[in-house]
Amino acid sequence: MRDIRKMILVTAPDALIEERQKLTVTLRPEQLHRVMEELRRDETIPYDYLISLTGMDWGDTLGVIYQLSSSADLTREIIVITSTANRTDPLLYSVSDLYETAQLNEREVYALFGIRFINNPDMRRFLLNDQWKGFPFRKDYTHDPVVNPVTVISSDIVDIAPRIRETAGGDLVEESVAIFDEDDYIINIGPQHPSTHGVMHFRTTLDGEIVKKVDVHSGYIHRGIEKLCENMTYPQMLHLTDRLDYLSANINRHALCMCIEKAADIAVPARAQYIRTIMDELQRISSHLLAWAAHCNDLGGTTAFIYGMREREHILDIFDKTCGGRLIVNQNVVGGVMFDIYPDFQKDVKAFIPYMRRQLIEYDHFFSHNAIALGRLVDIGHLSREDAISYGVTGPAGRASGWSCDVRRYKPYALYDKVEFKEILRTDGDSYARYMNRLDEIAQSLHIIEQLIDRIPPGEVCTKVKPVIRLPEGQFFQSVETGKGEFGVFIESRGEKTPYRVKFRSPSLSAVSAIPLICKGSFLSDLIGIAGSMDFVIPDIDR
Amino acid sequence: MLIYSQPLEVTQILDTVDQFLRTHLSPGMVSLSKGILTGLLLLVAYAVIALALIYIERKVAAFFQARLGPNRLGKYGVFQSLADMIKILIKEIIPINKADQLLFFAASFFVIIASLLAFGAIPFGMDLHAIDFNLGVFYLLAVSSLGVIGILLAGWSSNNKYSMIGAMRSGAQFISYELSAGFSLMTIVVLSGTLQFSEIIEGQRYCWNLFNGHLPAVVAFVIYLISGHAETNRGPFDLPEAESELTAGYHTEYSGLQFGFFYLSEYLNMFIVAAVATTMFLGGWMPVQIKGWEAFNQVMWVIPSWAWFIGKVGVMIFLSLWVRWSFPRLRIDLLLNLEWKYLLPINLVNLLVMVIIVLSGFTLTELFPAFFGR
Repeated sequence: MRDIRKMILVTAPDALIEERQKLTVTLRPEQLHRVMEELRRDETIPYDYLISLTGMDWGDTLGVIYQLSSSADLTREIIVITSTANRTDPLLYSVSDLYETAQLNEREVYALFGIRFINNPDMRRFLLNDQWKGFPFRKDYTHDPVVNPVTVISSDIVDIAPRIRETAGGDLVEESVAIFDEDDYIINIGPQHPSTHGVMHFRTTLDGEIVKKVDVHSGYIHRGIEKLCENMTYPQMLHLTDRLDYLSANINRHALCMCIEKAADIAVPARAQYIRTIMDELQRISSHLLAWAAHCNDLGGTTAFIYGMREREHILDIFDKTCGGRLIVNQNVVGGVMFDIYPDFQKDVKAFIPYMRRQLIEYDHFFSHNAIALGRLVDIGHLSREDAISYGVTGPAGRASGWSCDVRRYKPYALYDKVEFKEILRTDGDSYARYMNRLDEIAQSLHIIEQLIDRIPPGEVCTKVKPVIRLPEGQFFQSVETGKGEFGVFIESRGEKTPYRVKFRSPSLSAVSAIPLICKGSFLSDLIGIAGSMDFVIPDIDR
Repeated sequence: MLIYSQPLEVTQILDTVDQFLRTHLSPGMVSLSKGILTGLLLLVAYAVIALALIYIERKVAAFFQARLGPNRLGKYGVFQSLADMIKILIKEIIPINKADQLLFFAASFFVIIASLLAFGAIPFGMDLHAIDFNLGVFYLLAVSSLGVIGILLAGWSSNNKYSMIGAMRSGAQFISYELSAGFSLMTIVVLSGTLQFSEIIEGQRYCWNLFNGHLPAVVAFVIYLISGHAETNRGPFDLPEAESELTAGYHTEYSGLQFGFFYLSEYLNMFIVAAVATTMFLGGWMPVQIKGWEAFNQVMWVIPSWAWFIGKVGVMIFLSLWVRWSFPRLRIDLLLNLEWKYLLPINLVNLLVMVIIVLSGFTLTELFPAFFGR
């Protein structure tokens, strides 16, 4: 840690380095890129993983918070903050040359805060359309429907990207580049398409059946959940997390609860910790099952799809009996869980474990070694470890590229430091590795549940918490491992009953940002198959 | 050859109709009215078989997928496909802007007429054969390959990129697998020494072609099943309409009855492939008979020939459904690799082997005439 501080101070002598919840470095905008480059290219511990890039409006300044970590040691984290006082035309330097994941995130920040990034090759708005007036996440934005009326007129997509480039002499040049060539054969995969798992939109150019380029459009169900949170008290915010990655609803909510609990210093009873962990693992199994099923369906295996749904049904039944909700469990609250498990919970879960193990063997017989399936999975959509880190692809997909990135192992929360489980790693980085990783992780989740299910201690399930919670002033982070990868919550509080800014780090966004890279040069059919193997959920991207 | 009693055959009914027409009409009118009646019968059979197949497919798929399938309309949902047919008949046909109207309209007819023409050449049972060409196999191959024109036209005229890609895939796939299907049938033609369906069936009285030609025939059978399956555009070869990639491929833009035509012809093509496989390899409508076992043969003949035909075709169709609901979809390059790098070379060698076997008398009928000879 000492070295890092020294190194930063050498590059940027007036940097403000504080020890808050995490090590926080505040920089002037012109220092940013140099410091980030130093961190990124550090030889001992390269900070090569940009966990999240959060746009901020602090009133008089606009800025960005970079949450960095290292693939070599995920426990190390640095928060880098930079800001500009120019609110009319804020400009910051892009880090998209250092971290590929910054590309889409900076476009999102531009759409929501109006900050443009110098040297970002593509500065179109992400999530919002080109016609949107104003920058909705700024504090002075007026959400008057007269400004941005609901339109029923369809407008064509303009495939021209503006950008700002810094020349060698240091001048800024505004230019625009065409995304596609003049005579490209463009086909829209989505937003209404059976295999984009929601309203994802890939503008794809084809050369025969070969994919030349994929341009990701998203935002068709952008709801501005982060903005909505700013007007809600902390307990009110909870249910919005379920609407992000609805397949990992319970885990997302767990993250937000933990973030608030840590900040407000609320203890969670042991029984609640057990329930949370078990429910998280059940949720993970159901998420992986659906991902497996949908992936098989994308490859044309409809029967496998139904098989996955059949097994998932058992978990949904357990959820149903626990709290009435099937998709969305609605159980986590600040301080514990809302209600206790039902009397037969343990019996049901213990019946499910051997059943699911048998079904995993059936999946192996039925699909995993099928000759056609292997032809559609092996050596398809190769994502190298370096790219996985640079694009921030975590979860089963990141671990399939050989990147050990399980939050449960590196930043254990709830009971994950008390249970024994294996982190599934594969080094092939192809669709098959991602596919097999999910099935193997189901087995590991069963193993975790098995260790906990008989040891649930008696007692309270929830600490008494005041209906209005005030977090102390500060910035709070919490990461969890969802079915899709690392899900992060960031809250900036000013000591009020509502948060000043909330940001959710979406694992699906990273997965989608890697699609253009790994699909290039593959067949159109494989684009669908690879997208299935990356397993993204659109509400998680659009937020 | 002994004449067996055939109580359930429809030959008598056909004779009665024939007599009735002859007594009441002039000879010219007799052929005309027979032609019309046969055509009508074929059309009705076409529709009924398609509906039955749709129902069967849904039920079989449901059982493969641990579901129930249609179960509301009638006992076990047997009327479901009838209701679906009525629905599709009364549905609006939505005109497509910027589509090539004429070709768009014509495409569905190409597809259904091709399958109808092929359907007409199938021997359904003893005397249940509309026309017994001496070039039957050749005719069947010729008309069944017309269908691809309809698919290409549909894809082209829809003015839809998904449809276009589907149609291009279909063209590549159909033309490739047509070769394999043709060659594997040719292998059997070499074995039977005729292109006429009735003679091919008669030749399999005591020994199916599948066994008669032993090794090359089995290879040809497997190749025909694969390529026939591929020609029907059904999973795992359903790339032209790959629903998870191209929504519905070449028929994305079709609605109402026009879509119904594509749908019907898909099921009927499955039936035709199964029927041809039955006729060429499994003895067609001919009951299982063993030389010299007259009592056994009599029992077999009590089961009418059309029932044998339906039974054998049913097994073939079940195979097809089984494959469809078990395998994921191939990719276009894997598909073409399979055809051009594996099936076609094997097929050419296989044809040669069959010629050698037939010329040197190594078929079962010639090796053991006492058991299998006619």
